[in-house]
Amino acid sequence: MQSQILHFPAKEAMIIGQQTGDRTISNRLADTADSLQGAAERSNALDSGHRACQGCGEALGARHAIDTALDTTDGELVVVNATGCLEVFSTPYPQSAWRTPWIHSLFGNAAAVASGVAQSFRIQGKENVRVIAQGGDGGTTDIGMGCLSGMFERNEDVLYICYNNEAYMNTGVQRSSQTPGAARTATTMPVGEHPGNRFGTGKSVPKIAMAHGIPYVATANIANPRDLEAKVRKAMSIRGARYIEVFVPCPLGWGTASCDTIKVARQALNCGLTPLYEAEYGEITAVNKIAPSETVGAYLKSQRRFAHVFKRGNEHQLEAIQAIADANIRAFDLVESK
Amino acid sequence: MLKQIDGSYAVGEAVALCRPQVVSCYPITPQTHIVESLGKLVKSGELADCSFMNMESEFGAMSACIGSSAAGSRTYTATSSQGMLFMSEAVYNASGMGLPIVMTVGNRAVGSPINIWNDHSDAMSVRDAGWIQLFVENNQQAIDVHIQAFRLAESLGLPVMVNMDGFILTHAYVRVDMPEQEQVDKFLPVFKPFQKLDPQSPITMGALVGPEAFTEVRMLAHSRMERALELIPAQAEEFANIFGRNAGGLVQKHYDDETGVEAETVLVTMGSVIGTAKEVITEMREMGESVNAVTLRTYRPFPAQALREAVIGAKRVVVLEKSFTPGMGGIVYQDVLAALNGTGIEVQSVIAGLGGRPVTRKSIRTLFAGCDERSNGHGFEVLDLDNTTMDRELAREASVLDRII
Amino acid sequence: MTAIEGQQLIPFATTLEPGTSRDNKTGSWRNLRPEYVQNLPPCNDSCPAGENIQAWLSHVQRGDFHGAWQEIVKNNPLPATMGRVCYHPCQSGCNRKMTDGSVQINATEKYIGDRALEQGWQFEPPEKPTGNRVLVIGGGPGGLSAAYHLRRAGHTVTIFEGMPALGGMLRYGIPSYRLPREILDAEIDRILAMGIEVRTNTRVHDIKQVMRSEGFHAVFTAVGNWLPNRVDVVSKAKTPVLDGIDVLRKVETGEDHGMKGSVVVWGGGNTAVDVARVALRVTGERPKLILRRDMEHMRAHPEEVQDALDEGVQFFNLHTIHEVRDGEVVLERMQADDRGRPFPTGRYVTVAAGSVVMALGQSAELGVMEKMGITQSGDWEVPVSPGMMTSVPGIFAGGDMVPSIRTVTAAIGHGKKAARNIDLWLNDQPVSERRERTIATFERMNTAYYPDVETNHRPKFEAGERIYDFREVKGGLTEQQAIQEAQRCMSCGNCMECDNCYGFCPDNAIIKLGAGEGFKIDYDYCKGCGICATECPLGALDMVMETI
Ligand SMILES: Cc1cc2nc3c(=O)[nH]c(=O)nc-3n(C[C@H](O)[C@H](O)[C@H](O)COP(=O)(O)OP(=O)(O)OC[C@H]3O[C@@H](n4cnc5c(N)ncnc54)[C@H](O)[C@@H]3O)c2cc1C
Ligand SMILES: Cc1ncc(C[n+]2csc(CCOP(=O)(O)OP(=O)(O)O)c2C)c(N)n1
Ligand code: SF4
Ligand code: SF4
Ligand SMILES: [Mg+2]
Repeated sequence: MQSQILHFPAKEAMIIGQQTGDRTISNRLADTADSLQGAAERSNALDSGHRACQGCGEALGARHAIDTALDTTDGELVVVNATGCLEVFSTPYPQSAWRTPWIHSLFGNAAAVASGVAQSFRIQGKENVRVIAQGGDGGTTDIGMGCLSGMFERNEDVLYICYNNEAYMNTGVQRSSQTPGAARTATTMPVGEHPGNRFGTGKSVPKIAMAHGIPYVATANIANPRDLEAKVRKAMSIRGARYIEVFVPCPLGWGTASCDTIKVARQALNCGLTPLYEAEYGEITAVNKIAPSETVGAYLKSQRRFAHVFKRGNEHQLEAIQAIADANIRAFDLVESK
Repeated sequence: MLKQIDGSYAVGEAVALCRPQVVSCYPITPQTHIVESLGKLVKSGELADCSFMNMESEFGAMSACIGSSAAGSRTYTATSSQGMLFMSEAVYNASGMGLPIVMTVGNRAVGSPINIWNDHSDAMSVRDAGWIQLFVENNQQAIDVHIQAFRLAESLGLPVMVNMDGFILTHAYVRVDMPEQEQVDKFLPVFKPFQKLDPQSPITMGALVGPEAFTEVRMLAHSRMERALELIPAQAEEFANIFGRNAGGLVQKHYDDETGVEAETVLVTMGSVIGTAKEVITEMREMGESVNAVTLRTYRPFPAQALREAVIGAKRVVVLEKSFTPGMGGIVYQDVLAALNGTGIEVQSVIAGLGGRPVTRKSIRTLFAGCDERSNGHGFEVLDLDNTTMDRELAREASVLDRII
Repeated sequence: MTAIEGQQLIPFATTLEPGTSRDNKTGSWRNLRPEYVQNLPPCNDSCPAGENIQAWLSHVQRGDFHGAWQEIVKNNPLPATMGRVCYHPCQSGCNRKMTDGSVQINATEKYIGDRALEQGWQFEPPEKPTGNRVLVIGGGPGGLSAAYHLRRAGHTVTIFEGMPALGGMLRYGIPSYRLPREILDAEIDRILAMGIEVRTNTRVHDIKQVMRSEGFHAVFTAVGNWLPNRVDVVSKAKTPVLDGIDVLRKVETGEDHGMKGSVVVWGGGNTAVDVARVALRVTGERPKLILRRDMEHMRAHPEEVQDALDEGVQFFNLHTIHEVRDGEVVLERMQADDRGRPFPTGRYVTVAAGSVVMALGQSAELGVMEKMGITQSGDWEVPVSPGMMTSVPGIFAGGDMVPSIRTVTAAIGHGKKAARNIDLWLNDQPVSERRERTIATFERMNTAYYPDVETNHRPKFEAGERIYDFREVKGGLTEQQAIQEAQRCMSCGNCMECDNCYGFCPDNAIIKLGAGEGFKIDYDYCKGCGICATECPLGALDMVMETI
């Protein structure tokens, strides 16, 4: 009775098999470089002691973005901030949480202030100093729209980052142009025949930015920090007007558990409501694919602002939101084809 | 160098001599030609190392100035009227952050009704914004005061607004003495900001300040303004030494009284109206009337002391102004009244020239003629009011409102 | 000099110094407090041999095979063997089975085991001699494991084995197409190389006597289950009726096993399947496997069943043998109720049969135990304490003979546990308490962080190729595949330093301590939002109530 031991040819190595692939902040096993947010020496541009609510997605998004930008510029960075939570929780006298040169002027003028800063440095011959403007969705897509559009159209050397938490949070959660249909805010209460925010036409500022033909536009989501980092890096490698919109849940405004900020952001991503893409000079150059499975239900369920959507009689709201996700999936060809 | 030139272009050239690094602009009559001229100078290369920013609104224009100044560049813009109102949020912001921006205001009425002509409503709308507000009487002064404005702004860390009457000055084609670059360079040192956005030593600008410190912030702004009251005459004197001309200052008293006795009636005005007024006053004085004129060249900070000194001894002061607050009356009048409180000098309020209505010699004569009548307790007088229209319209209104109210 | 002092006339209050928010200790906001924990991964929890699977997989993840092997052999001295024959309950426990399939722990273990043999890796020399002599009765996996662990601890060990070679059922039960003997031999030799005395062909009858005559201080017994269970069938025929384990043993030793023609095997367990597949190989005819239940309720391991089906074993599920006749057997058809229990139907079929093999399980031959008064006649297993000791102090038992699951891994686990307790007993120390540990359950995982990855399965010879001889049916993973499989491990319950907590803390309240050192929470600033705990892929953080 003799036996024989088999040897079979090796299979191709799969990088994705490296435990968490590129999904975690770092991956000790991957040969891809770890992300900056996993680095002990990241700058923490937005320092501890800031007064953001527990689990604030905006605070997180801002640190990720600005740390990255600082890294790409060797610290030669100036940040201009619109009024909003980010500004209020980071700089109440007598303490500032920022470690970068930082200026807040008004609610609606960050893009213009940043334009001025950029021109100022240009004329001083300090083109190595780069400028970021940042603000909430209200400061960016509503009251700041005029200045933003001007900044785009003049192709100012500014990266504008919008932290989209889908409402005016700082003033107590009022509706903005980014507030989704059906969502409850203080000015769109879930009462009457059409509870929550009415379903409007929507307003995609990334697409508006693309219509300006600026060199770079991207959407990002705090649940995908490596992607966010890569997009900020990409943006910082380009001169001219750039726009990144980062999806950042607000536990207070959305009625989510403070621990679920990333989870909720991930759900939004996976159901197709917040497509991630990049565009250069007005043309989409990359789209992040999603897995085919998730519907909007789980995402909406985790948020009190959508609680009424699950009441009897409001099924049409759920359907309408699903329809938006489906439309995104079609428009951006989001789902990975197997 | 003497040259015949449009007021706007003259200011543009003067600003260019100040070597601004960022000029942001947005068109609005009657200021537009100033920035147009600067745009041309930048484009042609005559004004080097300057960024000329065509903004999307006055709000954007002032905001860009805020950014530019905070990043350490000498910064300039100009506006008028609606533009001032549109940028007003940023106007407050610039001074709150202590940014030495210089802005020309081609003074114009504020609508509605929309009206492109001169009065001082725009300047008055931001009276409390914390900017230094200077008023010029003619185009030569406009040139000279702009040069001083940069120096003043940068030595105090406060923004300065140079007010010149729309059309009357901005569009007047007159002969001026345009300073030489060396003179300007001698007077105006390179801009060294007190604070700036600098990666080498980061600061946080524009913090949120609560009740625990807001009042102090305001009082410190006030004290900074008071320093301007010392600095403005000093710098005007220095300017005169270099340029050989008197310009600027806090107030200007127009006639010296050989007798040493103050004139009985002193006209107090701001801006270009003094030109016409002086013609009448000269005439009147030649006829032996005891009249004089004082212009307020600095309106904010209000030069109360200088004004008192200029008019002390007079029997009455007549404030002739191109601004008006409905429901109250004169605006400058209130400042003058407060400044002369306790001096025993009677202060009269006269409004004229709203929305570009010419203030003629005849108007001024009427003003002086009505002094005694006004002494009998008239609140204020509006010169050249069309009483026929007023009567008709008041009657028409009354026919409706009386029934309702 | 600070930024602000370096300049003049910085506006009061509206301009601030950078980073001054650190004066604001936001930790006071917290009512829940994150704490790092280390939980027991379910694979480890379900490995009867007590391997720290997660730990050795983590070595493999980095390509450190020697490290992995050293970690395995802390518990199990037979990885190449176990990588072949273990039913891998670890994989049934593996959290990954809830997503894209269990980590192929067993296949990876085989890779490590084979690599160790290839490289000639040896065990660490034993601890310094204790002077204690321990007798091990039975050289099956239970005995081998005990001997290995006792020897590691520095005891002098002698194995008494009744058969001509060591290995127990590994050698005389499990067919060599599943476990090549050179692998088994090599792994046994490596154990013996630690300096273990072996006496083969030496059956122990009287433990007391052996102990006394040879001066042993303690005994570990693992004599296995070698008595075949039988059922009476009506047989007036010449068709031989054989016992499964006898047949297997004889095939191994080369004795006359008695199988011929189409062999009819009766039984639904692993032995039955092994017998059928061996019969196929030695007779060249398709054997028939008779089982009372339906396939779903079969006890044999599904993979073995599939292999048998592929090879052409005919399954007569829901049948029993009614009567053995000359050259044929009469089967009665059964019917299953909704719980899978079979009931007779009274309907019969007849099938051809060259010989019949009963594989209906086996039980222990407990003569030695009875003699010691540990068991009585009729007992079929030996009760032991949690420390594996029988009712007689100093005599320990394990493996198939004690109440437990009857698998090699269980036997190895018993051997290890007994060795540890013998050590304690010899040193007059009490049995150590089992530390209760929280299991890193699937519910504690955040599997969003693990991309689906295809599992790497071992290749097999095609059925048509493998049925003519005893070549090993299954191949192994390649090095690349082994690494990949290991990298599918989610590190359940124990920090893998993915930096999620560190990167996702909105308050920068997590401090990185450096590679291998994990993290620390800066409670001065931690607001207790709990994102770290939610986003930890493997549940290494607990949120606990803050006591005020
Ligand atoms: C056919 C078959 C296939 C199996 N396949 C698997 C499998 O794939 N995977 C798995 O995990 N398990 C399998 N098992 C079960 C597994 O083999 C046993 O659970 C395991 O071997 C038990 O180990 P042990 O040490 O307790 O006993 P054994 O392996 O049975 O070893 C007992 C040893 O003691 C010796 N002995 C007995 N009495 C004496 C005495 N008085 N003096 C000296 N020596 C004595 C015997 O000769 C034998 O060597 C299988 C069992 C069978 C029968
Ligand atoms: C001109 C002006 N209008 C209104 C406000 C009041 N205000 C301050 S912050 C804010 C909402 C900010 O919302 P968003 O930009 O979305 O930022 P968030 O707080 O949600 O991060 C509003 C309405 C203001 N400061 N200025
Ligand atoms: S309200 Fe929302 S955006 Fe504002 S600090 Fe709180 S969590 Fe952040
Ligand atoms: S994934 Fe890894 S740690 Fe988790 S149960 Fe499976 S083998 Fe064990
Ligand atoms: Mg918002």
